[in-house]
Amino acid sequence: MLLIHCPYCAQTLPELEFTYAGEAHIARPDASSPVSDEEWRNFLFIRTNVKGPHYERWRHSHGCGRFFNAVRDTVSDRFLITYKAGEKRPELSDLLEKSK
Amino acid sequence: MMALTPEFTPGQLVSGDVVSVSLMAPVARFSLRLRAADIPAVSTAIGVDLPTRIGACAHHETVEVMCLGPDEWQIQTDANDSVRLINACAAIYAQVPHSLTDISAREVTISIEGPGAVDLLSIGCPRDIDKIAIGTGCRTVFDGVSTVLWRDGETRFRLDIWRSFAPHVIGLIQTGCAELAAQ
Repeated sequence: MLLIHCPYCAQTLPELEFTYAGEAHIARPDASSPVSDEEWRNFLFIRTNVKGPHYERWRHSHGCGRFFNAVRDTVSDRFLITYKAGEKRPELSDLLEKSK
Repeated sequence: MMALTPEFTPGQLVSGDVVSVSLMAPVARFSLRLRAADIPAVSTAIGVDLPTRIGACAHHETVEVMCLGPDEWQIQTDANDSVRLINACAAIYAQVPHSLTDISAREVTISIEGPGAVDLLSIGCPRDIDKIAIGTGCRTVFDGVSTVLWRDGETRFRLDIWRSFAPHVIGLIQTGCAELAAQ
């Protein structure tokens, strides 16, 4: 079982309390200006599907109930970092250096 | 031993040397949501300093509060005290917007006591129970069901379960008790 650090609870807790919520940092197109079909399709459906470190959202659904972001290696399932929703996207190069 | 009735009549569900489980009498329960800046005002109104660390508990007289999330608290109090609490919060509502929702009927509470209590909880709860400090608690999961666990002592716990899930969780706990007693 994965152990996930919740940045709100400040505890490392079992995976069963959490729910995966897709890729993180996907900005919704500004709907106040005309949005092309292509932009809208990209927002709805196009994901990076990376092999390696992946920026993704999680929700501590059976706990504090908060959404937060994480960087997880999709090959090894190792979490490089978890951080609160709304915080700046951490640079991958810094994370990889730190994890060495 | 007593069977769980559809009315959730309080009483002993399992008794034994290893662990005993009982359904507790109904209490008044509230869910409280508010902004961090308004914590002092609401604390004064309800008469308990709201804890801000997730999992921390505070109590004063009959009122017990657990911090469930950054902006979420669960309050339990005596059924006779609920009117005072509702009125106190309503009085400050105009200055301090918040949400106090009566969820008394949503959950039932079981108490789990005895040297086997930690082992019993570990059959359904993936958390490391030993890491939950005495006098604190957490919202966690028990066999797929969201529950609130209060640790009152080394081997004394209370588990709040949503009413509709209670027969499932209590049934599993009774099976676990039988297994622990047979060891």
